[in-house]
Amino acid sequence: MDVPLSYYLSLSAILFVIGAAGVLTRRNAIVVFMCIELMLNAVNLTLIAFSAYLGSIAGQALVLFVMAVAAAESAVGLAIVIAVYRNRQTVNIDEINIMKW
Amino acid sequence: MTAESLLFFFLAAFAVTTAVLMILERSPLVSAIYLIANFFALAALYLLLRAQLLAVLQIVVYTGAIMVLVIFVIMLLNLGSESRPHGRPEVQTVVAVVLALGFLAEIVYAVAAGPARGAGETSGPPPEALGTVESMGDALFGKFLLPFEVTSVLLLAAMLGAVVLARRRG
Amino acid sequence: MTADQLTGLAVLLPLGGFLLNGLLGKRLRSELISGALGSAAVGGAFVVAVMCLVELLGLPPGQRSLTVHFFPWIAAGGFHADAAFQIDQLSVVMMLVVTGVGMLIHVYSIGYMHGDPGFARFFAYLNLFIVAMLILILADNFLLMFLGWEGVGLCSYLLIGFWYDRKFEKGTTGDAAKKAFVVNRIGDFGFLIAMFLIVVTFGSLRFETVFAQASALPVGTPVALWITLALFLGATGKSAQIPLFVWLPDAMAGPTPVSALIHAATMVTAGVYMVARCSILFTLAPAAMAVVAVVGAATALMAATIGLVQNDIKKVLAYSTISQLGYMFLALGVGAFSAGIFHVVTHAFFKALLFLGSGAVIHAMHDEQDIRKMGGLRPALPVTFWTFLIGTIAIAGIPPFAGFFSKDEILWNAFTRGSWVLWLLGVLGAGLTALYMFRLVALTFTGEPRWEKGTHPHEAPLTMTVPLVVLAVLSAVGGFLGLPESLGGSNPFERWLGPVFARADEKLALVAYPGAFTEYFLMACSVAIALTGIYFAYAWYMRHPEVPGSLVKRFGGVYRVLLNKYYVDELYDGAVVTPAVKGSEMLLWKGVDVAVIDGIVNGLARAAGAAGRALRLVQTGVVQNYVLVFLTGAVLLVGWLLAQ
Repeated sequence: MDVPLSYYLSLSAILFVIGAAGVLTRRNAIVVFMCIELMLNAVNLTLIAFSAYLGSIAGQALVLFVMAVAAAESAVGLAIVIAVYRNRQTVNIDEINIMKW
Repeated sequence: MTAESLLFFFLAAFAVTTAVLMILERSPLVSAIYLIANFFALAALYLLLRAQLLAVLQIVVYTGAIMVLVIFVIMLLNLGSESRPHGRPEVQTVVAVVLALGFLAEIVYAVAAGPARGAGETSGPPPEALGTVESMGDALFGKFLLPFEVTSVLLLAAMLGAVVLARRRG
Repeated sequence: MTADQLTGLAVLLPLGGFLLNGLLGKRLRSELISGALGSAAVGGAFVVAVMCLVELLGLPPGQRSLTVHFFPWIAAGGFHADAAFQIDQLSVVMMLVVTGVGMLIHVYSIGYMHGDPGFARFFAYLNLFIVAMLILILADNFLLMFLGWEGVGLCSYLLIGFWYDRKFEKGTTGDAAKKAFVVNRIGDFGFLIAMFLIVVTFGSLRFETVFAQASALPVGTPVALWITLALFLGATGKSAQIPLFVWLPDAMAGPTPVSALIHAATMVTAGVYMVARCSILFTLAPAAMAVVAVVGAATALMAATIGLVQNDIKKVLAYSTISQLGYMFLALGVGAFSAGIFHVVTHAFFKALLFLGSGAVIHAMHDEQDIRKMGGLRPALPVTFWTFLIGTIAIAGIPPFAGFFSKDEILWNAFTRGSWVLWLLGVLGAGLTALYMFRLVALTFTGEPRWEKGTHPHEAPLTMTVPLVVLAVLSAVGGFLGLPESLGGSNPFERWLGPVFARADEKLALVAYPGAFTEYFLMACSVAIALTGIYFAYAWYMRHPEVPGSLVKRFGGVYRVLLNKYYVDELYDGAVVTPAVKGSEMLLWKGVDVAVIDGIVNGLARAAGAAGRALRLVQTGVVQNYVLVFLTGAVLLVGWLLAQ
């Protein structure tokens, strides 16, 4: 392998941090959701990189499960967003604060 | 510079760029498109890492299913773009950026100092058939049988949950 | 099975009666069953007592002491206390009195408590009392005796407050019961201190062990003084002597059989029994014995003066009891232990008789107890009258009835072993006793009726009159048990108890016999003063009823002092009770309880509330804030890991 593992890991870290920054700054709930997906993918990348460099299939199997979970989570999460929109007529996170003290 | 490393850098740049554009874009639909592009780049990277099945699954599941769902919802709710940010950036934004950068610094430091801790920098090239359907199938129906079965239950639950939550009342 | 092993049965039978009547009595709904059960239980105990007596009689005089060991009770390090009974001459005498008189009173109660809704409960409590009293008497160590001591105090409380929803004087019967309990408590404190000192000094609480060691000590041992004074404090509480007698008149709030059994015949004699049992300890401390004698004599006289002016039939008898108990302590104080116990026995006979008789009168007068509203009851209540009269003659000390022999022996010993001052106090008290008792008889049974027309007093039923007759017979002839040698007898009672007090007698200084003339002279004096008292009662209350009124006018101040019992209750109230109550209210209640404890508890709650109010500001409802916190935590954590 010409590309060292650390490069992959750094790339993954960059993507993760970008996703985190997006979660914290965006107002739209769906965009926040997409940023979370980005973070998940960054982690997937890490796992696969390790799997390649260690020669073990375990990392890739785990990524498969992560994908399955992400799919499930996206279905339910978006259903919730739809339900919230029906009630509040907005998906702006700042306005969905009924759990406030 | 081998072809592989060249390809890597290109794909990495592409991925980072689309990611940044995604979080900066104000229209949710355009953000979604950028994210799809990002996923394509990642799929290619998976191929580089000998994760053939997963690369395909990335396309099929993530872009083909999840992102499609997201775009469906965006269109269903007819969301408009977010307003331009005006005035000084909020405290939250500043703190978020600072934290994010700090986190990045930590990780990079960890990685750079990494070689002494764990896997070797460049071990031998991974076998070509590491992530093929056959080997993944062996793993899934062998060592990871239980998680595999449990995941099916999870998907069932998610399906039911989504149906119940999105139902119109009354 | 020998008789001593059966003593367990003597305690178990009344205990069974207590449980059956207590738990099932209400459901049985039959006065006959409850009453018969209770009486039979005590009757069974009486039979056992007789069997024990017979067994002891079969033994030579020096060996009449049997120990029945039930089970080891406390074994803590070097300290042992067992549940065991000691059956000797003294305890068998007390046992016979308690169970015998007790059985008569149980039978009487069947008639007296007829129609009362708490009938079964009454018999349950009475049986429980018998259990506790027997434990007290038969115990072979101080600790078990104390258990019985407390038990009789408890039963006294339960029975004084038996009619718990009834008014009594300035409060309720419950107040009277509490007063008895609390005053007793003060005495019990003395008893406890004495027990501690005994354990420290002698290493054991068993009578035999302690007394054997004690007889080796010289007269005047300092620790003996403290032990005996503490014991005597306990005795004054239980036996209503100065300064702790104030509860006994209030105890008359209870039903009359209770007054007869507990506050005349048995419980109040527990103090006398206890001092007699510890005779050897007392002889080691002459100062304590002097205290006992003086307190006894003073109480005897003082109570007699108060009883002179009381108008409630039971109050008169209550003060009479206090007075007679004083005589018993006077005897003990001068070293005449068997004389004191003899008076316990005779007093049990005639005082129980007098109380039961007063109960018959009260029953006939439909719960009227003021003697100013009685009079002329003799024709209506013949049996009651004659038995009451016999009891009165006995208590006045007229020979050949029982009271004469026991009281005279006490006065004789007071003169020879004590001092003539003690004798004089006792004689004056005897005169007053005769006076107020015959005053009672005169005002109640003779003269013109002063009661309302529609009262129709009638004689009591058989269940009440038969015990009266039995007790009257005992009061008449019981005295011959102690017929002194000077009158031709051999004083079997004193000889029977002799071995019990042998150790004590060794320590007492020998007294020279002053001569037969002195003895007859003193006897004549006590009879004479008794007759004088009777004469004045006759003159003032039968012949010239207007005289008492004019005496009251002339000696108004004295009369008021006597009527108000020397204001002792008021003194205690002001000096002890009110400060204690007020202090508790101010300091303990408002100070500690409200301010400190409630303050802490409420303060904690307030603090929790305040913390909650402060913390909830974290919940902004905006998800991104939460994620921010996540991320911050993650950054810090990773940073810390890296630093390792």
